[in-house]
Amino acid sequence: MRLPTGVKPADFNAALAAFTRIVGSEWVFTSDADVDLYRDAYSPLVGEADERFASAAVAPETTGQVQAIVRVANQYRIPIYPISTGKNLGYGGSAPAYSGSVVVDLKRMNRILEVDEANASVLVEPGVSYFDLYNHLRERGSKLWVDCPDPGWGSVIGNAIDRGGGYTMANYRNHFDSHCGMEIVLPNGELLRTGMGGIPNAKTWQQYKSGCGPWLDGMFSQANYGIVTKMGFWMMPEPEAYLRCTVRVPRYRDLIPLVDTLNQLENMRVITGFPDLATPLLGYPPTGQVQVFIEGNATYAMTDAHKALLAKAELGYSPELEAYGISNSIPYWELWVTYYGPLEVIDAQWQATQRHFAKIDGAMFKVVDRLNLPVDVAKIENYHEPEFGVPSLRAFSIGARTPFNPNPSKGHMWFSPIIPRTGEAIFEANRVFSKAAKELGMPLFSTFSMPCCFWERSFIFILATPVTTDPQTNRRYVAGFRKLIEIGGEHGWGEYRTAPVFQKDVMDVYSFNNHALHRLHETLKDAIDPNGILAAGRYDIWPRHLRKGGK
Amino acid sequence: MKSMRILAPLLIAVSATAVAEPDGAKVYQKWCAPCHAPGITHAGTHALMAKYAGRKSGVLTEWTDLTPDYVRLMVRTGISVMPHFRKTEISDAELAALAKYLAPRPLEAK
Repeated sequence: MRLPTGVKPADFNAALAAFTRIVGSEWVFTSDADVDLYRDAYSPLVGEADERFASAAVAPETTGQVQAIVRVANQYRIPIYPISTGKNLGYGGSAPAYSGSVVVDLKRMNRILEVDEANASVLVEPGVSYFDLYNHLRERGSKLWVDCPDPGWGSVIGNAIDRGGGYTMANYRNHFDSHCGMEIVLPNGELLRTGMGGIPNAKTWQQYKSGCGPWLDGMFSQANYGIVTKMGFWMMPEPEAYLRCTVRVPRYRDLIPLVDTLNQLENMRVITGFPDLATPLLGYPPTGQVQVFIEGNATYAMTDAHKALLAKAELGYSPELEAYGISNSIPYWELWVTYYGPLEVIDAQWQATQRHFAKIDGAMFKVVDRLNLPVDVAKIENYHEPEFGVPSLRAFSIGARTPFNPNPSKGHMWFSPIIPRTGEAIFEANRVFSKAAKELGMPLFSTFSMPCCFWERSFIFILATPVTTDPQTNRRYVAGFRKLIEIGGEHGWGEYRTAPVFQKDVMDVYSFNNHALHRLHETLKDAIDPNGILAAGRYDIWPRHLRKGGK
Repeated sequence: MKSMRILAPLLIAVSATAVAEPDGAKVYQKWCAPCHAPGITHAGTHALMAKYAGRKSGVLTEWTDLTPDYVRLMVRTGISVMPHFRKTEISDAELAALAKYLAPRPLEAK
C-alpha cells in the first residue's frame, strides 16, 4: 500500500476505514493494481520519479458521501483529489496533481437530475459523460442538443470546469460559459449552491447565472476550492437546418482580412456555427476534418511542382508558391463557416456573409452541405459529429495506428496557447513556435499550423506533442514543452489549460505585478481550505504546508 | 407490514444477483463499440485494420482467438492511445462478462 507523504500509517488506515464505512468496501481501492488504474494513461512521465501517483481511491455515489469523505480527510489531514470521469486525456487524465493524494472518483455520481425542455437546460452530476447525456436526451425524445468536445466519454461537468470547448454555436461551445448554477462541497464539507441556487427552493437556478452579490463560479474551475457535485447547463435547441460553406481566398496576406471579416460576422451573429480555418495550398486541413483526412490517408492533393515550392517556402510563403496557387486555382486559405437555424434565415446569413467577404479580391464561395435536421443517425458519420451535437471517439484516430500514421503514439499532450484572433497573430505564432520547435527537435510542425476557433475573441494555437514509449524522447519533449510555454509568455501568450506536469510553468507566465494572481490564489486557498486537503497543487495552487518555506 | 419486512431481503437478493451478472454485450456497446464498431470512423477498428493489414478483421467481435485474460489485460492496461479503464467505469464483474462476450470459447479457438 502507498502512503501519502507526511501522513502516519495509523491515520491513513483510520481514514481508509472511515471511507469504507461511508461508501462500502467495494468502492475503496487500495491495492497497487487498482490504484494504478488512476495513473494518467497519457503521462509523458511514465516510470519517472515525478510521475503522479495516487495512494488510494474512493468512489462516492452521493453528495452526502462526498461531504463525509471531505470531513474524514480534514480529520486525518489526508490529501484528496477529485476526478469526474477521469478522461481528461492530454491534460492530465485521472492522476492527482500531488502524488500520494487519495483520488475521489466521482464516476458513480452519474445522474441526470433534470431536463427542462422549455428552458433548454439540464442539471447533471460529475460522472455524466457526453455519451450518457446524449443517449438520455435521445431516449426521452428531447429536442435538445449536446455541445460536446471531440472525445464523447468526457464528463460534462469536468470538461466545463477545466474550461473545454465544443463545436456548435459560440454561446454553447464555451462549456464553462454555458453553465448556469453550481453545487459545491467546500473543503470543510459544507454544501454551497451558486447563482440563484443560493435561494432555498430556488425557482430560477438554471435560468439566471449570477444571482446577487459576488459571482464565484469561476473560482471553482481549474482550481482547488471545492468539489463540484451538480452543475446546470444551457443547451442548444435542435435547429431546423444546417448550412456549411467555404470562403476561399488566393493570397498569403488575405488571411488578415479573412479573419477580421469572420470576427465581425460572428460577433454580429451573422455566422453562427463553428468557424474552421484551413490552407489547401500549404496542405493543412480544418480542425473538424483532421480525422477525415487521416481516415482517408490523404492530405490535399499536390503535384510534385507544388511540393517542391512548398519545401522551399518560409513560414508557408514564397512569391512563387503564391503565384502557383493563383494560376492553379488552389486557395491559400479556406474558411469553413456554418449556420444553424431556419433555412430562410441561414440562407440570408450566407448571402450577407458572401457580400462581406467579396471585399477580398478573388474570394470564392461554395456551399458544402445544406441539410434539414435532424440528420439521419446512419448518415451522421459522413459529418463531423460534434457539429451536430453527437458525441463520438472518432478523433482518437489522431495518434492511433492508421495507414496515415503507421507508428502510433502512446498519447499526446496538448500545447494550447491563446493568441489574438487575427491573421497577423497566426503568422506570428507560426514564426515563433515553428522556429522554437525546430531548435528543440519537437515534431510539431510540417509546413504551417492553423489555430482552433473554439472561442469568439481568441484562437487556441493548439499543437499536439506526442507521448512515446521511449523515456528519453519523452523527457526531451517535456523539456521542450516547458520552453515553448516560456517562449509563449515572452510574446504575451499563455495556455488556456494544461496537465499537472506543466501547471507551474503555465501559471508562472501569469506573473503580472510580481505574481499577484498566484498570491491571491494561495491567499484564498489558505482561507477556504486551511488544512490544505483538497487537490493540492492543482494549477499550482498549494496549501501553506506544502509551499516552499511554508509561506 | 410484516410481509413487507419479509420481502425486503428477497428484493435485495434479487437485485444483488442482477448486479452480479452484467450483460457483456451491453458493456461492449457502452465502452468498446465507440472505438471498435465496424468501419474506419472507429479509431480502434482502423488501428487494428492497419496493424493486421487484411490478415485478420479489424473488428473485435469478429475475432475468434481472443482469450478472456487478453481482454482483461487490454482493458486494465490499455494500448497505444487506448487508455486503461478504472473499476468505476468497468467493474470486475462487468469485465468478466465482457471477456465472456468477446471470448466465449477461448479453448476451442486455440
